[in-house]
Amino acid sequence: MSASAAAADEHYTSTGLNNRKMVFWAFLGSECMFFGTLISTYLIYKNHSLNGPYAHDVLNIPLTSFSAFVLLMSSLTMVLALASVQRDNVRGAKIWLASTAGLGCIFIGNQIYEFTHFVTHEGLTLQKNMFGASFFVLTGFHGAHVTGGVIWLTTLLVMAFKGKLSSKNSLDVEIAGLYWHFVDIVWIAIFTLVYLIQ
Amino acid sequence: MSSVTATATTHVHAKPKSQSGVWSWITTVDHKRIAVLYFVTAFFFFVIGGIEAVLMRVQLATPNNTFVDARTFNALFTMHGTTMVFLALMPLSVAFFNLVVPLQLGARDVAFPRLNAFSYWVFLLGGLFMNSSWLFKAAPDTGWFGYANLTSRAFSPGHSVDFWMLGLQFLGIASLAGAFNFIVTILNMRAPGMTFMRMPIFCWMTLVTSFLLVLAFPVITVALILLTFDRFVGTSFFIPQGGGDPVLWQHLFWIFGHPEVYILILPAMGIISEVLPTFSRKPLFGYPFVVYSGVFIGILGFGVWSHHMFSVGLGPIADSVFAITTMLIAIPTGVKIFNWIATLWGGHIRPTTSLLFAVGFIAMFIIGGLSGIEHASPPADLQQTDTYFVVAHFHYVLFGGTILGIFAGLYYWYPKITGRLMDETLGKIHFWLTMIGFNITFFPMHLLGLWGMPRRIYTYDKGLGFDTLNLVCTIGAFIIVIGTLALMWNLVVSLKKGKVAGPDPWDARTLEWSIPSPPPEYNFAVLPTVEHRDDLWERKQAGLGPIPQPPNAHVHMPNPSYWPLVTAFGMLIFFSGLMLSIYMAIFGFAFTIFGIYRWAFEPAS
Amino acid sequence: MSSLRHRLRRSTFLAPLALLFLVAGTAWAAGFPQNTLDPTSDFGHQTHRLFTDILWWEVGIFVIVEGALVVALLRFMHRGEKGVPHQLHGHTGVEVAWTLAPALILVFIGVPTVMTIWRTQAPAPKNSLEIQVIGHQWWWEFRYPQYGIVTANEVHLPQGRPVHFILNSADIIHSFWIPKLGGKRDVIPTRTNHLWYTADSVGVWPGQCAEFCGTSHANMRLLGVVDSPTDFASWVAAETDTLPVPPSDSLAVAGAQLFSSPAKLCITCHTIQGVSAGMVGPNLTHVGSRRYIAAGLLENTPTNIAKWVSNPPAVKPGALMPVLGLSPDEARALAAYLTTRK
Repeated sequence: MSASAAAADEHYTSTGLNNRKMVFWAFLGSECMFFGTLISTYLIYKNHSLNGPYAHDVLNIPLTSFSAFVLLMSSLTMVLALASVQRDNVRGAKIWLASTAGLGCIFIGNQIYEFTHFVTHEGLTLQKNMFGASFFVLTGFHGAHVTGGVIWLTTLLVMAFKGKLSSKNSLDVEIAGLYWHFVDIVWIAIFTLVYLIQ
Repeated sequence: MSSVTATATTHVHAKPKSQSGVWSWITTVDHKRIAVLYFVTAFFFFVIGGIEAVLMRVQLATPNNTFVDARTFNALFTMHGTTMVFLALMPLSVAFFNLVVPLQLGARDVAFPRLNAFSYWVFLLGGLFMNSSWLFKAAPDTGWFGYANLTSRAFSPGHSVDFWMLGLQFLGIASLAGAFNFIVTILNMRAPGMTFMRMPIFCWMTLVTSFLLVLAFPVITVALILLTFDRFVGTSFFIPQGGGDPVLWQHLFWIFGHPEVYILILPAMGIISEVLPTFSRKPLFGYPFVVYSGVFIGILGFGVWSHHMFSVGLGPIADSVFAITTMLIAIPTGVKIFNWIATLWGGHIRPTTSLLFAVGFIAMFIIGGLSGIEHASPPADLQQTDTYFVVAHFHYVLFGGTILGIFAGLYYWYPKITGRLMDETLGKIHFWLTMIGFNITFFPMHLLGLWGMPRRIYTYDKGLGFDTLNLVCTIGAFIIVIGTLALMWNLVVSLKKGKVAGPDPWDARTLEWSIPSPPPEYNFAVLPTVEHRDDLWERKQAGLGPIPQPPNAHVHMPNPSYWPLVTAFGMLIFFSGLMLSIYMAIFGFAFTIFGIYRWAFEPAS
Repeated sequence: MSSLRHRLRRSTFLAPLALLFLVAGTAWAAGFPQNTLDPTSDFGHQTHRLFTDILWWEVGIFVIVEGALVVALLRFMHRGEKGVPHQLHGHTGVEVAWTLAPALILVFIGVPTVMTIWRTQAPAPKNSLEIQVIGHQWWWEFRYPQYGIVTANEVHLPQGRPVHFILNSADIIHSFWIPKLGGKRDVIPTRTNHLWYTADSVGVWPGQCAEFCGTSHANMRLLGVVDSPTDFASWVAAETDTLPVPPSDSLAVAGAQLFSSPAKLCITCHTIQGVSAGMVGPNLTHVGSRRYIAAGLLENTPTNIAKWVSNPPAVKPGALMPVLGLSPDEARALAAYLTTRK
């Protein structure tokens, strides 16, 4: 969408699409199959539990709605971060990258709270029943993806503070953004299929 | 990244790099050297898988034999299948992807040279990890398909299943990384003028294969993750006592496993689609139909997985649907075969070893395809599934198909990478021994299966009628061994004593033959501009000859790097740690992250 | 069958492959007790007919396609180096033709396939004899709920009456298969599978587990015994006869005591009606009447029973029955006792 900004630095390609961006799209295609399989497993198994607690006993929709809101907002700040980098607005880049990472941290914090609450108060563990196993594995892998994203954003933030982030390498931020938006979309799917439609 | 700008040929850098020695191989990011590494390693594993096969054949030569015991036999067939699929056939195909695709596209390297090196190192370490299980007397013994719930802790204590599960997970990373790389290489690195419909079929089949890998591997990744949780954490994803369903494993495995079959065969189909036109001196008949049928096979490959499960009892609706989708695959496969024969028809056929193997592919693949139609029919399949009939079927497809195709490609492209031709006499000995040995080994298995001999049995009783043909199969296996020895001898002696090939020994059609053999590190000093399908051939026919390449050009190429190896090594520590100690796993993970960071911030060129 | 042989005779010159398959299947039936090409049940005949019909299509395709390949090679083999043949790139009409031709053939294969699927997977007839099949590592348990019979590794079927197998597993996935009687069906824990057929002739047919199930998968064999209706009735009578036959000779008496002795552990795993109620191993109430022991591995003779009970894992690798530390005399006594349990 905005490859032109950095085009001077980019090589000729047959399709005109940058190699790194293209490989990332392929990676996200693969990730779709990964989460698709995990989500299918959850949907198959959520009613296979031999004993409770069951999904409707424990899932906290207000809390996770807040999480979903936080993650959606972080997509917005991610867009702003990329726009700042492309305009060589280093200060804006720092602010918005930090905001995105921060919102990601809030999401992870919520998830840690949710998991601990399930284990300590509801007695729901991986080993407890099929719902627990498939729920923790699905949302846990999503949480791990968010964590990876936060580490990535932090790396970019460090680069920004070292003065190594400019419109010339805005592609670095753009690809991190692709990843972040993808993780966000996966959460919408999980939120809908796991929390809203029980 | 290589400097592939349209005008990049003037980049002149007087930066000589060490071109020999072990270190240059460890740090290489050159696609041709990585191809050699892939080939040598995969061929090593091919030999190991072959030895495993021969040991099994010796055990089965006579009834109630005690050459190996039950557990060893089970480990042998598990590791034979796993080795041949993941450590021999797939990486042998990847060796050709690496060698041929950039050359055919008119590119200087793949899109991500260091990622390419990383794929190789992960493959090597993953293969060694998996095979090290023999040393610990913990070789996997639950079949290459690892059906649940036999793989659960209760029925498979010890580390044998761990080696298999973690090894496959590890190897999957190599396959995925390679697939990403080739997708981008093929979509983005084509020489100017090379539209999709001018692209060599081998590149097309590589592209389809790469998409299959990217979409199929995540499914087995998840299945293996769930199995890992079952074994290490105590969940019950595939354990019925805890509410899990062992049949889900079968679904996930085959949603991956069936596309995997096409991952194994499509590259070989690509190879012979290059070999047949060259040695018939005719263009591939029906190029667009061969392309579309390959794409169609790839897509259909995701809709047929339950034909591996007709005996599970999925009900008449599922059985009918999967029977029909499976039969549909016969149509594009048939189209390919007809087009290959039509390519030969009316040509000037030169009976080189490479052509013989390509023709052998067609002849054997037809038999494998026809027996496959029997399995596509669930009621008939109920008698055949899990018998030697199936063993015969898929060896006709994977040996008679993939391996013969790979041999065709080997004799075809060996001169391109070594500069010397392989010996034709030895080659023909290899061909005939392989064909005769192959058919003596595997044709009788059709009958054994129909007479009721199940697969995966370490012994059988007298009086079932299995004795004679099993002995015949074993004799055939030894003929294949002799043929393979002829190949190995040929590979070695031709390296020094083979006839010097020159750039275009076969009077071939595609761009890789327009540059010297072996090609310079940068492949093309002048990037070709492509005007036709089979551009080199068209230029030669027009009396133009290949685009002249200035010798001793200085083209800026990517720097060597050892970070891919370091990162792969970190992953090895991580996966070993999952089995041994959580601290080791954490260390391995941190090590991997460290490697990735150094890699990411290392200047690429 | 005769019309098939007729067709076969007429076209042998075209079909060496099919000849090999079919003659091999039918002519040497006696030496091939697991032969799928010579079925003896309605189910087996239906799947076999499908197999044969598809095989004939395949023979035709094989001859045409491989023939074209051979002709192409013979006609166009060219040893000279010079000259370029006509550069034909393709022909759309031909492509359409050879896309449609296989599609048309598939109709002739697909339609009978789907019809056979629905016929063979229809619900079992009402009058069928129900037999519960339970797979264990590595032996088969058979229960006849209508008669209260529990037996192992040897399943008796009445000729001419539909038999409905209800398949379950006690541990992992196995697959129930008596090739002469019909195709296999997997035996899966927590799932119940069904398979039914009517055996049309009397015979004793071996079968084996067809899904890999661990170390001794190869040793998980069974015997399908198709009895005439009268023979079946007398078998049922013998199996349901619960009156204990008191062992007469002293060795067997000693064996009976050993079996019941808690120290020897037999009774923890095995049931002998009126003696013990173990559920882990095969029911031994009428073990003496079976043709084989150890899931088809050994003929049922006192010597073989002694060999088995002395060291089961030596006979069947990985066997879950442990080495009980029996002396040779004890093993012989047990064998004598078990042989009396007819």
